[in-house]
Amino acid sequence: MDTWTFGWTLALIGMSGTMLVLWVLSLLILLIRKVFPPPAAAPKKG
Amino acid sequence: MILIGSVLLYLGIRKGYEPLLLVPIGFGAILVNIPLSEMMAEGGFIRFFYDIGVRTEIFPLLIFVGIGAMTDFQPLLENPKIILLGAAGQFGIFITLLLALALGFDKLDAVAVSIIGACDGPTAIYVSSKFAPHMLGAVSVAAYSYMSLVPLIQPPIMRVLTTEKERMIVMGAVKQPISQTTKIMFPIVVTIFASILAPKGAPLIGTVMLGNLMKECSVVDRLKRASENEIANIVTLLLGLCIGATMEADKFLHAQTLIVLALGFVAISLDTAVGILFGKLMCLLTGGKINPLIGAAGISAFPMSARVVQAEGQKYNKKSYLLMHAMSANAGGQIGSVIAAAVMLSVLQGMGIVGQ
Repeated sequence: MDTWTFGWTLALIGMSGTMLVLWVLSLLILLIRKVFPPPAAAPKKG
Repeated sequence: MILIGSVLLYLGIRKGYEPLLLVPIGFGAILVNIPLSEMMAEGGFIRFFYDIGVRTEIFPLLIFVGIGAMTDFQPLLENPKIILLGAAGQFGIFITLLLALALGFDKLDAVAVSIIGACDGPTAIYVSSKFAPHMLGAVSVAAYSYMSLVPLIQPPIMRVLTTEKERMIVMGAVKQPISQTTKIMFPIVVTIFASILAPKGAPLIGTVMLGNLMKECSVVDRLKRASENEIANIVTLLLGLCIGATMEADKFLHAQTLIVLALGFVAISLDTAVGILFGKLMCLLTGGKINPLIGAAGISAFPMSARVVQAEGQKYNKKSYLLMHAMSANAGGQIGSVIAAAVMLSVLQGMGIVGQ
């Protein structure tokens, strides 16, 4: 593989891959938060 | 080279630039350049630690466990979309790769140089020791030196790329309660998902997330404390010494070393610039709710970069408290740098390029 094919392949897949993985991670975080919500606050007495 | 080692000691001791690394690196550089010391010869004192810890890539991974144990991802869990700034903050790596190739670096040397842009010492050490061990000294010194210079490098770029109106944007408080179960599930899910997508990065991703899991689960406090203290300190000492010992005069004193240092500076500057530009895009798409300055915190210099963003925001608007938003971006950058390296390693494997 010549140098520039190597460079552009790594750069383009690298940038898009990083953005894609992190975008999906953000969706997974939202999913985890939905599946495991914090305990509801105890109702106030009085 | 003895003089250069002394300069590193001066920077670490007197100026306080990442002393935990620069002091052992500087001293290692002095030791290895003493004539006939044979520190890095077969059977040599430092060569022993280099073979068991650097050549095997174990040392940076052990440090990563400690980093994970010290990192709080709560700001990111409260505001997950900010993680995208952590992705944008890594683009400098890939742009610098192209620049390095244009300047005539070999393919794998260019990869080692570009990873300085990850702004993360262990990641830079892991990748460069895998693909270009002869550049380990220059890459490590550049990575750690520029990380400590973030407060000087970032502000001018932030001012050039943003308008005064943008710098004054006040971002509302984001206070989402996060359950403890979420904090425990986060490192597990990230490890599984990210490692499936970028399998060559599994050691990097797995170790930092293991550290974070130990922190959040609260049932292995001894292991957590050992990871962030005893293990991290011992490994940091030995790793620094080994990196310094790669700085032998015949390998380090080349014009190429200066170019590596210059490209490292360019990589981190580009990370900052792209992060801010992505922040401006997010500002546009959200109708002005996001202050583009927080894009600068999308690099992995945690938490220093977040503090720089807070200070810069305060200069233009005393009512603007960007710290927690910048911490979200900074935590995103921490993960982003590991993911970027993992993606890079996996693509290289796909190309049939396997490191040593």
